[in-house]
Amino acid sequence: MTKPILDIRGITKSYGALMASNDISLDLRAGEIHALIGPNGAGKSTLIRQIAGNQAPDSGSVWFNGADITKLNTVARARLGLGRTFQISSLAMEYTVLQNVVLGSLGQRGKVFRFFGNVMKDKALVAAGLHALEQVGLQDFAGMRTSELSHGQRRQVEVAVALTLKPKAFLMDEPMAGLGASGSKRLMGFLDGLRQQAPILLVEHDMDAVFALADRISVLVYGQIITTGTADEIRTNREVQSAYLGTDDDTEVAL
Amino acid sequence: MTLILFIEQLLNGLQSGVMLFLMAAGLTLIFGVMGLINLAHGSFYMIGAFAAAAVAAATGSFLLALIASLAAAALVGSLVELTIIRRLYDRDHLDQVLATFALILIFSEGTRWLFGSFPLFLDIPDYLSGPVTLPFGIQYPLYRLAIIGIGLLVAIGLFALIAKTRIGIQIRAGESDREMIGALGVNISRLYTIVFALGAALAGFSGALIGAIQSVQVGMGEPMLILAFVVIVIGGIGSIKGALVGAILVGMTDTMGRFLLPTIFATFMEPSTATTIGSSLASMSIYILMAGVLLFKPTGLYGKA
Amino acid sequence: MRREAFINAAIFTLLLAVPLWAYWADQPFTITLATRVAIFALAGVGLNLALGLGGLVSFGHAVFFGIGGYAMGILASHAQSYTPLMEWPFTLNGTKSMPVIWLVATLSSALAALAIGALSLRTAGVYFIMITLAFGQMFFYFTISWPAYGGEDGLLIYVRNGFPGMNTLDPIQFFLICFSLLAIVLFFMARLAKSPFGLALSAARHNEKRVQAVGIAPYRLRLVAFTISGGITGLAGALFADLNRFVSPNMFSWQTSGEIMVFIILGGTARLFGPVAGAALFILLEHFLGGLSEFWHIYLGALLLVVVLFARGGLIGLLAGREVAHD
Repeated sequence: MTKPILDIRGITKSYGALMASNDISLDLRAGEIHALIGPNGAGKSTLIRQIAGNQAPDSGSVWFNGADITKLNTVARARLGLGRTFQISSLAMEYTVLQNVVLGSLGQRGKVFRFFGNVMKDKALVAAGLHALEQVGLQDFAGMRTSELSHGQRRQVEVAVALTLKPKAFLMDEPMAGLGASGSKRLMGFLDGLRQQAPILLVEHDMDAVFALADRISVLVYGQIITTGTADEIRTNREVQSAYLGTDDDTEVAL
Repeated sequence: MTLILFIEQLLNGLQSGVMLFLMAAGLTLIFGVMGLINLAHGSFYMIGAFAAAAVAAATGSFLLALIASLAAAALVGSLVELTIIRRLYDRDHLDQVLATFALILIFSEGTRWLFGSFPLFLDIPDYLSGPVTLPFGIQYPLYRLAIIGIGLLVAIGLFALIAKTRIGIQIRAGESDREMIGALGVNISRLYTIVFALGAALAGFSGALIGAIQSVQVGMGEPMLILAFVVIVIGGIGSIKGALVGAILVGMTDTMGRFLLPTIFATFMEPSTATTIGSSLASMSIYILMAGVLLFKPTGLYGKA
Repeated sequence: MRREAFINAAIFTLLLAVPLWAYWADQPFTITLATRVAIFALAGVGLNLALGLGGLVSFGHAVFFGIGGYAMGILASHAQSYTPLMEWPFTLNGTKSMPVIWLVATLSSALAALAIGALSLRTAGVYFIMITLAFGQMFFYFTISWPAYGGEDGLLIYVRNGFPGMNTLDPIQFFLICFSLLAIVLFFMARLAKSPFGLALSAARHNEKRVQAVGIAPYRLRLVAFTISGGITGLAGALFADLNRFVSPNMFSWQTSGEIMVFIILGGTARLFGPVAGAALFILLEHFLGGLSEFWHIYLGALLLVVVLFARGGLIGLLAGREVAHD
């Protein structure tokens, strides 16, 4: 077994009586897409925030490339190579598409405190940005203002920005949300190839996408991982079925 | 330094803290419920003081003057809310700051135009003037004691209003979840006008009470406003309890700093140098207090994280 | 050429042409008005870096304006009384040389901005506004209660400070000095807005989470921006003190902070020439409305309200259209 790139060990976080994360352990290994699913209110967002570094767990630890990063903030984790995409698009809307990805390549390069040269004429930064856009197939939109893009295109730019960081692992929060059928199909095709570059921890509501893409799936219910397995194992798992279909009232995802 | 003098200064600190609370409570309520930063709050303080001085001059009644201060500030407050402030709730803080800064300019110059540049005087009524003798033989001005009492009564009333009444429930709901009060079927714009007018009235009332100790003049509101900001930063935005604790802390620190620091420095310095350094440092004491709170609790003592 | 660039060039040319014409027509008062515009514009350009580009609503820039002013006042007053600033551990004398004064003014106000920024940038939003306002008030009261440099009365400097090779007492020459400094700083700002730092800083204003996710810490960006911003406004303060040959605690007042902000808004937030247009408009209003009515601040307030409520882009926004270019 290869050593995991991202390793979450026994994370616990509670808000008063509510256990948002209850002793969660999961890992992400090279070359895989590991999907995290669960009904609404299962604690996915809380878990992501702890992995990304927006929130500290009460106990437990997060390991990245063999180092304990539990105490590091988001900035430090991004610098180590944790590429993140957001559920709600977080691009600078007034920027051009190219400016958004150049911001990413600037973050990757560092040396932000340069006050003179024109950043959009920095060949290395622009080339890195364009390369990322090319990978998501948006190189022709580089000069466009981000607010003029469609919803799906913005999602792709979001991924492109993460790509500029040359990440060692991706943390993607519902990248398919709000995409049409063709849009999600295209993004799926892209993510499928992306796992060779760096593994992806994928939080997703779109079950078709999850079952088609994921090498492994973990199911989060009431702050606990109830099972981890391949798509087939999850599909036939009783516990999972009851979590989604059984007593849970706010069922919104059918298997 | 005698013990009696010390206790006197403590009472002065309490008095200034209580008055600050009246200012800060309105500001923090308006921010908590509507998310608005209101620089023109100092103008309501000034309007209350001017209304009181004008009515006192015309009728000779201090009680009527106080009522006038409440009424005038509440009236102007609700008018401003209806015409201008409500356009600002959805705007960013920069717009709110600038628009309410513009209101300060208009109110200050408008008042100067109406009343002239010379300070007005509001006299303490006979039945509240002169000293009273407290236990241990402490002589203390009755009026100052009275406004400590009045201020504390208003504070208690405000806490009761928020804890017990319908409008208080709506205010608390508005602070925790703005969409919820809409869902509860509350008339939001009316609630906002009421909260704003209430805050303005409290500011105007404290303006009148202070106006009888100091002079009533244009520009009296803004130093008070900035002190109230210090109070809110220390106490935490949106917290009435924080405003009370912060106000007393600031009032005490300021008064005791001015009183004690020169004396303390005088123990190891030449008296004139000690007075200079002591009073300069005292003028900075509350800001140093604020900086200290910021270092350890950036969201204030009772602020939400 | 884009329309905004054209307007900028026009404003720049006008600001230079009007005093030159006034010199020819022997109207020294007009030159002084133009000098005030250049100095206020410089103060506004400083604040605009924090407020426009960085989104940091500082209501305390009077601190830096005042520190710059007092740097000039203190150095020049020691020079004119032939007393050293200090004698231990080494002797430090005052100076009447503008370049030295500018350097001290810029550095000391930048240092103050670094300290105030380090504290107040721990917070955001309304807290930041209130804290910067409070620190401004602290300096105001401190200068009033500190008697060594005039206390409440301020400091009077008898002769304007000198600049090598120029007669600074001549209004047009002093104007040209101020104008050149403004031009240099504007050039620096134009470059900065397009630099890596400018891109990251303004991205942090748009979306803080995004900047963090690419591994850039917004706090440091903002602290650096705030420090440079304070330094520039401090330089303007030193020039203002030299123009009046007088400094007083009023430079530290909250009204001063408000006015510097007003320059930016009247002209157009986050526009390179916004503070220049705004300062010019402010001086014109002060001159003409002030001549009409003693209570001209009422009109200024009303105008400001209209701009905030209905004309967000300010003067340049009105002339150049709403879009702020980012390329």
